[in-house]
Amino acid sequence: MEIGPIWRALMRNKTGAILIALQIAVTMAIMVNAISIMQERGRLMARPSGVDEQNIFSISSVGFAEQFNERAAIKEDLTALRALPGVVNAIQSNSIPLSGGGWSMGLQTEPGEDVDGPSVAVYFVDEHGIDTFGLNLLAGDNFNPTDITWRDIGDTGWSDKIIITQSTAEALYPDDPDGALGKTVYISGDLPMTITGIIEQMQAPWNGWEGVENVILVPNHTLFGATHYIVRTEPGRRDELMPQVEELLAASNQDRIVRSMRSMEEIRERSYKADSAMISILTFTIILLVTVTSLGIVGLASFSVNRRTRQIGTRRALGASKVAILRYFMTENLLISLLGVVTGAALTVGLNILMIETFSLTRIAWYLVPAAMLILLVVGQVAVLGPARKASSVPPAVATRTV
Amino acid sequence: MFTYYLKLGWLSIRRNPLLSTLMVAAIAIGIGACMTIITVNYVMSSNPIPQKSDQLFYVQVDSWDPVERDGEGFEAPDQMTYLDAMALMKADKAYRQVASNRSGLVLEPENDEERPFSVDTRNTWADFFPMFDLKFIYGSGWDDSADRNLERVVVLSKEINERVFGGENSVGRSVRMNGMDFQVTGVLDEFIPVPKFYDVTNDPFGETEEVYIPFNVAVEYEFPRYGNTSCWKSPDGDGFDAFLNSECVWIQFWAELRNENEKQDYMAFLNAYAEQQKELGRFPRPLNNQLSDVMEWMENQEVVADDAQVMLGLSLLFLAVCLLNTIGLLLAKFLGKAGDISLRRALGATRSTLFAQHMIESAMIGLGGGILGLGLTWLGLRGVEMLFGEMVENLVGLDWVMVMTAIGLAIASALIAGLYPTWRACRILPASQLKVN
Repeated sequence: MEIGPIWRALMRNKTGAILIALQIAVTMAIMVNAISIMQERGRLMARPSGVDEQNIFSISSVGFAEQFNERAAIKEDLTALRALPGVVNAIQSNSIPLSGGGWSMGLQTEPGEDVDGPSVAVYFVDEHGIDTFGLNLLAGDNFNPTDITWRDIGDTGWSDKIIITQSTAEALYPDDPDGALGKTVYISGDLPMTITGIIEQMQAPWNGWEGVENVILVPNHTLFGATHYIVRTEPGRRDELMPQVEELLAASNQDRIVRSMRSMEEIRERSYKADSAMISILTFTIILLVTVTSLGIVGLASFSVNRRTRQIGTRRALGASKVAILRYFMTENLLISLLGVVTGAALTVGLNILMIETFSLTRIAWYLVPAAMLILLVVGQVAVLGPARKASSVPPAVATRTV
Repeated sequence: MFTYYLKLGWLSIRRNPLLSTLMVAAIAIGIGACMTIITVNYVMSSNPIPQKSDQLFYVQVDSWDPVERDGEGFEAPDQMTYLDAMALMKADKAYRQVASNRSGLVLEPENDEERPFSVDTRNTWADFFPMFDLKFIYGSGWDDSADRNLERVVVLSKEINERVFGGENSVGRSVRMNGMDFQVTGVLDEFIPVPKFYDVTNDPFGETEEVYIPFNVAVEYEFPRYGNTSCWKSPDGDGFDAFLNSECVWIQFWAELRNENEKQDYMAFLNAYAEQQKELGRFPRPLNNQLSDVMEWMENQEVVADDAQVMLGLSLLFLAVCLLNTIGLLLAKFLGKAGDISLRRALGATRSTLFAQHMIESAMIGLGGGILGLGLTWLGLRGVEMLFGEMVENLVGLDWVMVMTAIGLAIASALIAGLYPTWRACRILPASQLKVN
């Protein structure tokens, strides 16, 4: 083939080629690392919250008047909400997954002040909690209505029953998570609680939390002044019921205000806003970057075609076909691009190591490197196609002219 | 001579519009991407109170757990217990000191037609206003005596004053919140410190509070606490008093110390206080009290998000790609007019004049790229605003420092990119290119 002569011609004018190769290399390093970050964020966002996301919404109620009776209001509200046509179930709780605000406690398997144990997110629910959130009870029993007690804002006591997630069971008993049911754990150092149920999965209110699925359900109604109602509707009726529920609560009691009504989908969107924005910005960056690089290839290739017009004419006059000229420039670009992507692979790995050390990002997936190499080679070929076709259309007669 | 080179540069740019456009576009895109991210980083890490950031100190006293959990090491808690905050307020050892926390109340407008609405409040002390240099439109903050006597006084933000009193001077009038009347002592002017340095435990780029009331009043009436409460052990007993006397942290404490002496004295006082608490059986850890000035505290709390720094790194690399691009294109361009250059050399132009001429041409391309890049930066910032929404509301403004940085960066980039091509152009021998034709 013609690789020999093309390579030697390239070596006579190295600078332009090196610049393009470098540009491709840096482009590849940015591209692969950006895609790796995007993949990581995508994985974070794909984790299920464990609740019935399509059909749940939450709304807050804040009492303010002197005569506001929170306990009576909660009972009344729950009765009204559960009676509403289209509502599957409703509870009062302190929080909801991904909402960003909640309560966490330490659990331990032995009593005592200086015993270590996992941190868990606490959701206070009544016997309707599992049904309202749409959780999957794997073992044990749901709470009984008689288990539910009222918790005042300064109370430090804890119920004697809890339901935990599988992941909490694993954190508590790494050797025997399946035997967690019926065991006693301790909260606040030495207050015992018996595990009476295990649910499959549920997320804490904080998406970036280390043990994001370490969750416990505690059978309490809370009297914290501000409260959240969580409502689960029949499939497809959420949007129609949301304004109804808001109106119902606002009208039924004038001693409080209702606010922050949000569907679970909106809560998820807010929770991952920074991550989805990062994905958009990185996507945009990659597109711009590849565009700039291909424009650079177009610019330099056009320049080199212009400069070699006479040579091309001479080759054509000596019998080279149009295809041969086209092939010449395509192959030249392929050589440069190859140099670029090989350097790029090294740069990519280097940048990744740096990012892992500085920002504790994850390692890039191995297949991204060959994939990016291939993509950039194709981009290079497409970019050079225009100038190369222009070169192939140089008429042989050019060789005979002097200017 | 300079204007002549400008003219030559302009002619050269016009002679090859495709290459010139590509170069300007490459620089503009690089500058646009870079400046968008730099602006966000710059605002995130900016000094919210430059006039006295080195005199305001966030106070941490280490009252925390003797057991090291989750391998976090022994760091002093980032907020303070009620016990310690009140002891430090009472000791009054700093020039000014303020304990505060975030809260929320329900405000009932005088007009019955309007529904009550919730407001973000800050429970704080009289010194808060002079300490953080808050400006008032009407009236002023409250007196120390209001703190001591549990007076129900309130300072309103500009927006709330507009919403409730139509923007009139409301000093002396009363506002009803959570069923209690509060007397207005002042209305603040716009107050949007970025970051919201005095409380970064919540959203450091979030809104400032709408209403300010005395801390002691909030405690007296057990107003709710927004923001984080962390406890390493449960309160001894039920109820609010047990909570107040517990080891739970939920208060931010700032001290104003005007010089190194005051700072050292205050540190000595904190250490003496901790020793005294140790004797009472509290503060089980080794002595570890901290005073961090505003910028140190922002650093400690990692106010600049990792994401922003990752983006900054990537965008600088992006600019590097654009520079490589420009170098290649400039090289093509300058060598393309080798004939011109050798003719000028033959007619007596020295290398240094040619050098100046081509650097000026590069700078012109940089200037063009910078101006276009500024436009792209503006678009980029609007994009960031659209993507992040209210999270970045205060982060996406372009000030003149950023405008000058953009233009400067563009010209500097173009000059750096122009160095090698110019050097190559200057090496062209006189008349060498003339023989061919």
